[in-house]
Amino acid sequence: MIALTGIAKRFPNGVEALNDLSFSVNRGEFVSLLGPSGCGKSTVLRLAAGLLAPDAGAVTYANGKPQIGFVFQDHTLMPWADAMTNARLPLDLKRMPRDQADARASTALARVGLAGFERAYPRELSGGMRMRVSIARALAAQPQLLLLDEPFAALDEITRNALGDDLLKLWREDGLTVLFVTHSVGESSYLSQRMLVMTPRPGRITADIALAVGRDSRLAPATIEAQRVISGALNTAIAE
Amino acid sequence: MKRHADIILPLAVAALLLGAWEGAVAHWQVPAYVLPAPSAIARAFADNFGSLIEALASTLAVTLEAFLAACVLGIATAIAFSQSRLLERTLYPYAVILQVTPVVAIAPLILIWVGFERINLALVIIATIVAFFPILAGATLGLKSADFNLIDLTRLYGASRLQTLWRIRLPNALPYLLSGMKTAGGLALIGAVVAEFVAGSGTATGLAWRIVESGNRLEIATLFAALALLALTGVVIFAALSLLEWWLLRRWHESALQAP
Ligand SMILES: Nc1ncnc2c1ncn2[C@@H]1O[C@H](COP(=O)(O)OP(=O)(O)OP(=O)(O)O)[C@@H](O)[C@H]1O
Ligand SMILES: [Mg+2]
Repeated sequence: MIALTGIAKRFPNGVEALNDLSFSVNRGEFVSLLGPSGCGKSTVLRLAAGLLAPDAGAVTYANGKPQIGFVFQDHTLMPWADAMTNARLPLDLKRMPRDQADARASTALARVGLAGFERAYPRELSGGMRMRVSIARALAAQPQLLLLDEPFAALDEITRNALGDDLLKLWREDGLTVLFVTHSVGESSYLSQRMLVMTPRPGRITADIALAVGRDSRLAPATIEAQRVISGALNTAIAE
Repeated sequence: MKRHADIILPLAVAALLLGAWEGAVAHWQVPAYVLPAPSAIARAFADNFGSLIEALASTLAVTLEAFLAACVLGIATAIAFSQSRLLERTLYPYAVILQVTPVVAIAPLILIWVGFERINLALVIIATIVAFFPILAGATLGLKSADFNLIDLTRLYGASRLQTLWRIRLPNALPYLLSGMKTAGGLALIGAVVAEFVAGSGTATGLAWRIVESGNRLEIATLFAALALLALTGVVIFAALSLLEWWLLRRWHESALQAP
């Protein structure tokens, strides 16, 4: 679906964020990208979405650029607009007729469990609900590739788990391809099929781990085993 | 409860001060041409009601026209700046120069250029210059301070510059713009008064002219009445813009979470 090859990125202020980073994600996969803070995970996502150009290397898509959904670390909603208008933003930008866009946006809100909150403004919603609106907005555009940048980092564990399960369900139902940035070993061990581990800055992929099947719950033996493997890889990456 | 207190307390203070003023003038027998008593000012106001209101209407017309012109010009310039960094870097210094140059110093020039036969236009131009900058500054800041991630999101969905401007930058600029407008409303009034002063008596017919004329004739009570009317006008303008601000932002902005 998407491949990053030999990527290097240095910011104008001299920070070398990424150096010789390569990985690819296949259609329909759920891949997590794990690394210490500041290693360049957000930069990778922005490169993958084409919002940033690499200094060296290339970002290539298998069948032309897919429709991309992007979920930021914080909700990034328009405070002046209600949930419906926020979820509808991608469709409005594509000049979709209003009633069609409304129908799609309310379906997306219902899928993330926000039916009935269409007219609520972001400040009238809880942190978890805002994140749901943000996910609904990404879904409204019916993306093929969903990029998520630590979407649950600011949430409590209960909300995080609930949203994680919702995300898995959406992924299964829609046949999405997901690239999920996180710094939580627990979260990624349960959610993803494959793990990419990054080194500290300048970021590079040091481990590409296919996780075993049988991780049906967060406490399944296979999930715990996956956590052990991921933690080991992360420690090795940080030590480099 | 709190809202009642907001109104009653200042009124009580005003009543107290006016009473003390009245008493002091009577007690020390201050001559009316130095400091007239509030009752004398009220009488002067009643006696000159028609002409004072006419003068107020004239000043108010200049103020409102200047305020609207400053809004249109300020917002248009800010939008142009937000679309072109080059334009902003080139022209912003001139906006600042216009702002820091005392308006009394440029007013005579404008009067001469526009001509005394078009005195109203000259007054509006002068007041516009005074009111322009806070609107430009507020709108520019607001258009620029939109969430970077939101702007990126619009890029992801292939939005045009106009769409980003309309859906993200302009709504984001609204609180900043309204705050600039509140300042500009008062400044437009000040600009109108200053312009009338510079234009001098005989040509202008607003409240400032009434103040100059009353001063010359030593009708100090009438002068005070005109002054009070002017202050009241300023307060009303500010209150109206605050109300507009609250109404536009009440659903989403932190500043409007409490009623005005
Ligand atoms: N626009 C920018 N200009 C300059 N430096 C930047 C910019 N964006 C990121 N950086 C730098 O690049 C490095 C990687 O940043 P990035 O945001 O990708 O890290 P991250 O892995 O997402 O971190 P975190 O887990 O804390 O979100 C950091 O050192 C950061 O300071
Ligand atoms: Mg990040």
